[in-house]
Amino acid sequence: MLQKTIILICDKLLFWRYAKHFERHNLLKLGLDIEEIVGGDKKSIAKALNLLEEKGDLAHKRNEKLIDILSRKARPERHIVGITGPPGVGKSSLTAQLIREYRLRGKTVGIIAVDPSSRKSGGALLGDRSRISHDFEDEGLFIRSMATGSHMGGLAWRTRHCLTVFEAVYNIIIIETVGVGQSETEVSQVADTVAFIVQPGSGDILQFMKAGIMEIPHVLVVNKADQKTLAAKAASDLMVTKEYSESELKGWKLNVVMTSALEGWGQKELADVLEGHRNFLNDVGMLEEFRHRNRTEWVISLFRERFGEFGLEILGGEERVRNLIAQEDSNNSMRRLQLLEKKLMGQILSESKLKV
Amino acid sequence: MTLSANHPKNKPWLMRTYSGYASAKESNSLYRANLAKGQTGLSIAFDLPTQMAYDSDDILAKGEVGKLGVPVRTIEDMETLFDQIPIDKMNTSMTINAPAAWLLALYIATAQKQGADIFKLRGTTQNDIVKEYLSRGTYIFPPEASIRFSSELIIYTVNNMPQWNPINICSYHLQEAGAAPVQELAFTLANAICILDTVKKSGHVSEEDFPNVVGRISFFVNAGIRFVEELCKMRVFTSMWGRICKERYKVKDPKLRRFRYGVQVNSLGLTAQQPENNIARIIYEFLGVVLSKDSRARSVQLPAWNEAIGLPRKWDQQWSLRLQQIMAFETDLLEYEDIFQGSDVITKKEKELEEKAQFEIDKIQEMGGIIPALENGYMKQQLVESSAERIRLIESGEKVVVGVNKFTEAEPSPLTSGNVENIVQSVDNSVEAEQIEILRNFRRRRDNDKAAFALDQFNKSIKAGENIVKASIECANAGVTTGEWGHAMREIFGEYRAPTGVSSIAGNRAQTIATKKVNEKIKRLSSILGRNLKILVAKPGLDGHSNGAEQIAVKARDVGMDVVYEGIRLTPRQIAESAMEEGVHVVGLSILSGSHLDLIPEVKKNMEEKGIGDIPIVLGGIIPQNDTQQLYDAGIKKIYTPKDYDLNEIMMEIVQVVAENNNIDL
Repeated sequence: MLQKTIILICDKLLFWRYAKHFERHNLLKLGLDIEEIVGGDKKSIAKALNLLEEKGDLAHKRNEKLIDILSRKARPERHIVGITGPPGVGKSSLTAQLIREYRLRGKTVGIIAVDPSSRKSGGALLGDRSRISHDFEDEGLFIRSMATGSHMGGLAWRTRHCLTVFEAVYNIIIIETVGVGQSETEVSQVADTVAFIVQPGSGDILQFMKAGIMEIPHVLVVNKADQKTLAAKAASDLMVTKEYSESELKGWKLNVVMTSALEGWGQKELADVLEGHRNFLNDVGMLEEFRHRNRTEWVISLFRERFGEFGLEILGGEERVRNLIAQEDSNNSMRRLQLLEKKLMGQILSESKLKV
Repeated sequence: MTLSANHPKNKPWLMRTYSGYASAKESNSLYRANLAKGQTGLSIAFDLPTQMAYDSDDILAKGEVGKLGVPVRTIEDMETLFDQIPIDKMNTSMTINAPAAWLLALYIATAQKQGADIFKLRGTTQNDIVKEYLSRGTYIFPPEASIRFSSELIIYTVNNMPQWNPINICSYHLQEAGAAPVQELAFTLANAICILDTVKKSGHVSEEDFPNVVGRISFFVNAGIRFVEELCKMRVFTSMWGRICKERYKVKDPKLRRFRYGVQVNSLGLTAQQPENNIARIIYEFLGVVLSKDSRARSVQLPAWNEAIGLPRKWDQQWSLRLQQIMAFETDLLEYEDIFQGSDVITKKEKELEEKAQFEIDKIQEMGGIIPALENGYMKQQLVESSAERIRLIESGEKVVVGVNKFTEAEPSPLTSGNVENIVQSVDNSVEAEQIEILRNFRRRRDNDKAAFALDQFNKSIKAGENIVKASIECANAGVTTGEWGHAMREIFGEYRAPTGVSSIAGNRAQTIATKKVNEKIKRLSSILGRNLKILVAKPGLDGHSNGAEQIAVKARDVGMDVVYEGIRLTPRQIAESAMEEGVHVVGLSILSGSHLDLIPEVKKNMEEKGIGDIPIVLGGIIPQNDTQQLYDAGIKKIYTPKDYDLNEIMMEIVQVVAENNNIDL
């Protein structure tokens, strides 16, 4: 194991040299212009996303830099909304409704729609784009579909990376999850506000209670509420659920919103409630706290992706690493990741010296 | 032994050919020629803009005017189409669905101008919207609204044109989209139940009249090459429908319970390889619907031998008509009663089909009927999967297709040698400009105030729930155009996008060796590219035949690509926009309407304008050999036609195209 780690270190050193070399180069070398991205040029945005989705060590270093630059451009007013809920509840049509509402309010919107990849072939059908009816000529709207890839969860394996582009460009960012597996937990680690969608008469609510994820959503939505009687029942079930829900957020009242994509109503109220949640977080000073916490988790997951549980252990376990990151006053995730990596190297080198 | 003359006891079926193209004038002369040859009914094919209720000068009609049928935009076009053809003597079948009420209104108004008695008009409007969502793709409005219009057309004709067949419920297109016999039976009958229930609930037909409504329902069925099973399917259709009429709708008169159906035999199985063999296929398929007297078709339309290559010419259509005439007038088929009565083998097969079909019908009814089963994508998904299975069987050789995956060696055919362009009908591209001029001329001559007033009245009546045919006749007479009618309707009811049936969850079927090989190659390419190979699959233009695109999308997923499938009816700009936002490595386009020379370079142009001209495009569809060079010159990397049936090979080539485009040596 130690040998493997030493090889890794040599590897790392090479890449540091590469990274230094890279620093001297402008993003323009990648055909990217940060001003164009921030200005909403779709071609540049798409290109940045293509790069951020790439795997491999080369891409990793480059993307650290890219994310670093993008993070500093994050729009202060941005609002990241996670839309989650079981398959078939109408997440896409609800997203389409929300897009129209936000655009009417003059806000620009970026969408990340995630679909699952097949375990066997690695392929995926990204069908959300066709389901989210939208005006394709709208310059203030950008939709990107992503496959979960080898990451078997509710988000794509590079959703967080790609989000940095959207955060630098759009007022509202909606992440539509796969809706199965760990969707709720995962999306709560990237979104400011999580909306959980159910449909009437489906047993979704029972599943939801059983799954033990009740504390995650900030807004509950009963979609297809044109089915009046069933919808009322679903809403009242959710109200009961609410009582049991121990939101970690003291003072935030969990809302139940009824919507109907078929009849085209409810989107106004939903947009209001979502915005209300963001304002609430902001007012009580928790928006930054949440985002900071989420960034910490992101750094840990990136660290784990590169160095595994073993890497975490060397630094004294996940909790200790979390504390280490917290001590850094930097808000820059990539910077924090690099510092962790340096610490790891230092630790390994001193340990191997001891052994020798 | 003495030779006996033929003594047919039974009346033969109606013989039709599906036809109409370019212009009303040209189609009119074609109809008159066919009538002179002994054809007994007319079958009108409309061009795609008509089927989607657009005018010839609409941006979405570009490249499609007069391509797949006759353009009818105004009452004058309809008058030209029936010039010197007495409408009251005709039996006219119109393949029209979403705007069926409008085309029927134009037909009625034209008949009135000829002085015909409307009460006596005979013919059929296809008017079946369900199969449009499931297969053919020329739907406009959401399911519930569409079903309302279908049922209003039925109500209108039952009360005003009692000899008209107001709806022709189609299982034909379901088979083309991959349906197995059981699915055909179940989806079609569930569809009929939904329509009749809607008419009944409307309250516009009295209880005494309702059996007559049931009696006017007709069907349009497909017949495939497994003709014994197809024959059994037809017998089961007949018996199940009889029972539904009797039990669900309490129809006492057995004549009104008859399963009346017309047929076009299967086009899906016709091959571009050794196309002369298609004549044999057509005849065997034909047997399935005429052999059994008890379930014999009322009218038959045979495809032409060269349909997989392009649009049939007059001569090809004549050949298909002759096949029917030989069956009816030379053979002894019509001298006998039903020759399958008492056959245990047939009865057993019938029972099996019936049980399975009933199970499916019950399942759909449990979902709440056909509308929910459409909206939740259930039926569409079943068809896409079943079609994928059919292709897999052909690829693996388990299903033999002569000349395609077996017995492929062939002598050069005198029928197809020489210029391929000469064996199919070509459409003059000047047609579009001509049609636009005819339309604009009409608009200049008409009383615009009168047309605007009629449209305004139409708007109010439709919102107030008035019958759509009745309201449309006023517009037809006032000179409203097809596009104006469509626009008004779109404003009221909105446009619908049906589920694609291409599911992200379904279809983790076992990988074959060939699939695995492609899969491995894709994984290797993806790791060099840095991210998974991503493809956009899209259909430009109005053509809604999505079968090919769906199969490509499903296959691409199964071999490991990330597939953005955007479905049908996209403009070139829309496709370019999606390709850019999604960051795909390659774009796959599918087109069957014959508008490839207009639309495909347009996609390329739009991609270049968006700065993504470097993304390669591959193309699939019915593309005549002569057009391929022009498309390659426009920058298209690969072109696939119906004779490229091996999807693994296609996938492998797409991988290669992407690799080369990124300077990767795999």
